[in-house]
Amino acid sequence: MNVETLFALAACALIGIGLYGLIAQPHPLRKLVAFNIMGSGVFVLFGALAKRGASAGLAADPVPQALLITAIVVAFAATAVTVALLLRLIEVADSASLSDKAPQGHRSER
Amino acid sequence: MMVPVVSVVVVALLLWLAVWTVVARDAFLAVAAFVVYGLLLALVWVRLAGVDVALTEAAIGGGLTGALLLGAVGRLRRTEAATTSEGASIATRILAALLALSVTAALMVAVLMLPEPPPSLAPMVVPAMPATGVGNPITGVLLAFRALDTLLEAIVLVIALIGVWSIAPDRAWGGRPGLRYHADPNGILAYLARVLPPLGIVIGIYLFWAGADHPGGKFQGATILAAMWMLVQMAALADAPRTDAASLRAGIVIGPLVFIAVGTLGLWTGGTFLGYPAGWAKPLILTIEIALLPTLVLVLALLMNGPPSRRAVP
Repeated sequence: MNVETLFALAACALIGIGLYGLIAQPHPLRKLVAFNIMGSGVFVLFGALAKRGASAGLAADPVPQALLITAIVVAFAATAVTVALLLRLIEVADSASLSDKAPQGHRSER
Repeated sequence: MMVPVVSVVVVALLLWLAVWTVVARDAFLAVAAFVVYGLLLALVWVRLAGVDVALTEAAIGGGLTGALLLGAVGRLRRTEAATTSEGASIATRILAALLALSVTAALMVAVLMLPEPPPSLAPMVVPAMPATGVGNPITGVLLAFRALDTLLEAIVLVIALIGVWSIAPDRAWGGRPGLRYHADPNGILAYLARVLPPLGIVIGIYLFWAGADHPGGKFQGATILAAMWMLVQMAALADAPRTDAASLRAGIVIGPLVFIAVGTLGLWTGGTFLGYPAGWAKPLILTIEIALLPTLVLVLALLMNGPPSRRAVP
């Protein structure tokens, strides 16, 4: 087994771990962290494929690597929007619950 | 070929930290583990021969995302206890575990069945590099071969900022974001905020400039510049800017606008949108990069600041 296969297999595990956390964790912030773990697993898998594509004197295929840089920045932007939404949700509803049964809106006059 | 021990250790730590972020009892521990995870991920990129990606991961994936989540944890603490009681039922957990396991297994099978020899675009990139005038193939891909992706990314960043701002309550629209920081003007934070920015600005601009031929580039450089600005704000040496300032908004949109202008110019001179005429690639790439720098610094820092929360009228 070579380095890229090792990291590719680890990436598959990361995607699974993130997916489990996304479903099983009740708090939205924990879901967000889990989603980021899942996303990073996809990135590592993609990066391992880039390393496999090493040829023409380059240590890795530069096209997927450039897309990875774009992906990391966009993932940060999406996380920032989610955090802002979440903080606003607590400000308005005084609860971060995503449950249908949770009391809501009793402090929406703020 | 044997796998170096370092890689095995990095993978073991990475998986352990990932599990920790999911099972940790409270959100603070989970986020702390995530920050370490982000830094470790930068090592993974080095092992995968992606130094440019490693720099981006350390700066944005670990650094900025970590700081953003740490900031959120503090404000979410009081809501945490209420949601723990709503934890998923045992049945849901078992189903989730089964789903996660099957996704992982399916992906692993796909990884082990990857085609040989691996497909690669490197043989197409390398001969075309001299035409771009830049030496770093990643920069070549980002600003010449796949410039459209980078343009859309810059637009996505601006849209994300608009999204964050639009979450503000009506009365705060146009006001300053976040809470005003208070810090001891003679404390260690204020000292660091005076000493570090000159160095940080030089390093940030160096990374930006070196990106043409070496690992680095505008994203990594812009993150360091944005971090310096955040440091100055946290030490209360400067306040966050008013979000209705015309100069601020101009700085935010200048990158995508110049990018689109250069792209449109390419319709006439290069024959296609974002086409560069022969011999003009390097100056045009440089123009785009210089225009993108203020956009990236402002958007990254303002995304960290969050939505406007203080009344616009002073």
